[in-house]
Amino acid sequence: MSRRVTLATAERVLRQLRRDRRTLVLVLVVPPALLTLFRYVFDGQPETFNRIGGPLVGIFPLISMFLVTSIAMLRERTTGTLERLMSMPLAKLDLLFGYALAFALLAAVQASITAAVAFGALGLDTVGPAWAVVLLAVGNAILGMALGLFLSAFATTEFQAVQFMPAVILPQLLLCGLLVPRDRMAPVLEAVSWALPMTYAYDGLARAVAGLGGARLAVDVLAVGAAIAISLALGATTLRRRTA
Amino acid sequence: MAGPVIRISHLRVDRGGKTVLPDLSLEIEPARVTGLLGPSGSGKTTLMRAIVGVQLVAGGEIDVLGLPAGVPSLRSRVAYVTQSPSVYGDLTVRENLRYFARVLAAPRGAVDEAVVTVDLGEQVDQVVRTLSGGERSRVSLATALLGRPEVLVLDEPTVGLDPVLRRDLWNTFHRLADAGATLLVSSHVMDEAGRCDALLLMRGGELVASGSPEWLRRSTGEQDLEAAFLAVAERP
Repeated sequence: MSRRVTLATAERVLRQLRRDRRTLVLVLVVPPALLTLFRYVFDGQPETFNRIGGPLVGIFPLISMFLVTSIAMLRERTTGTLERLMSMPLAKLDLLFGYALAFALLAAVQASITAAVAFGALGLDTVGPAWAVVLLAVGNAILGMALGLFLSAFATTEFQAVQFMPAVILPQLLLCGLLVPRDRMAPVLEAVSWALPMTYAYDGLARAVAGLGGARLAVDVLAVGAAIAISLALGATTLRRRTA
Repeated sequence: MAGPVIRISHLRVDRGGKTVLPDLSLEIEPARVTGLLGPSGSGKTTLMRAIVGVQLVAGGEIDVLGLPAGVPSLRSRVAYVTQSPSVYGDLTVRENLRYFARVLAAPRGAVDEAVVTVDLGEQVDQVVRTLSGGERSRVSLATALLGRPEVLVLDEPTVGLDPVLRRDLWNTFHRLADAGATLLVSSHVMDEAGRCDALLLMRGGELVASGSPEWLRRSTGEQDLEAAFLAVAERP
């Protein structure tokens, strides 16, 4: 691994994003806009908005980075740039960490803007501090990136890649406890939810928002960290130096 | 260096259940421009990928610079340019080259030098997506020149280029070879065969002839290399 190559890769990914103004605007504007929508959809139930608004700030980066990474990595595969990089003195981890660094940075900006709108303009009222939500959001973004990177190996077209969002992300969103507490789901689903990374991402956010720190939050953070490590390891196995 | 730079014995490659290269053996001499010629589908790209070490092979041995093809230490010494340009369409020419130069730890000035070599000085700050096909493949070629590789494997680098630029690029290839680099250049047009120091003629995954253009002309009695190729290919 080389720090030079990792940083060069992160810079290159950010440059590509900067060229694509529209994507950048969408990534930064859609989450606060959706949160605003939530705020007024639940106009008559402010307690609902206060419960799910905070965690949502931290879940959005997971979803956007999943989408952006799966398409970006698919492009690297289909345009031959991945093959070129694999024939160069570049460690797989340089590429993975380069992407992680770039998207973590983008997620930090995204989550900060979303948090500023939520806690400022929309009057989101939580017990826990906003910075904890932003910090967890960055971790979740890296999780989204790692999942997207791994799953992009199973798509051969961009049409397929975008379908992974409803196939992989939506079920996790339903089962993570955001909409319905997990202990009120069918027992089978609750059991399944224990195996899904977003469950821990949400649980950590919910605890941070409620001002509950402690051991359970640490477990959530560790679980998200483990999910990132597993996804990256699986993702690395899909970056092949030799192909048929 | 003494002896061949690339040595292949009994190479076998299967792709998608079919045998693309059944049993290929050949050698490529150093500091020369070797042309790999043959119709499309004859296995040229597969052979090149195997030499670079990105192709899964079913059997045989490939030595490049005395090492097994694809080992990590060869990655900065062997450069490969694929047929379709593999560069980032959403970056400028300069941004692309700078990135790959950093990955390769290329010396300072390598980017400017490569830009001059492929004659893209005027387009250097243009986003690659907006370039013509020929310009894009020159960006891809420039990328391969950055690390001053000892072996350059170029898959149809001159397709779609205008004749003047094509001549200039062939001159560049020979200049690189004179400086000690070994080049393997594929083409499906026989009129480029005359520009090579040595030729490898392929058909249906097999090597049908190898030697210098003069040797090919002499041994077939044909002045035209296309006719010479036909004569060799149809020899029983």
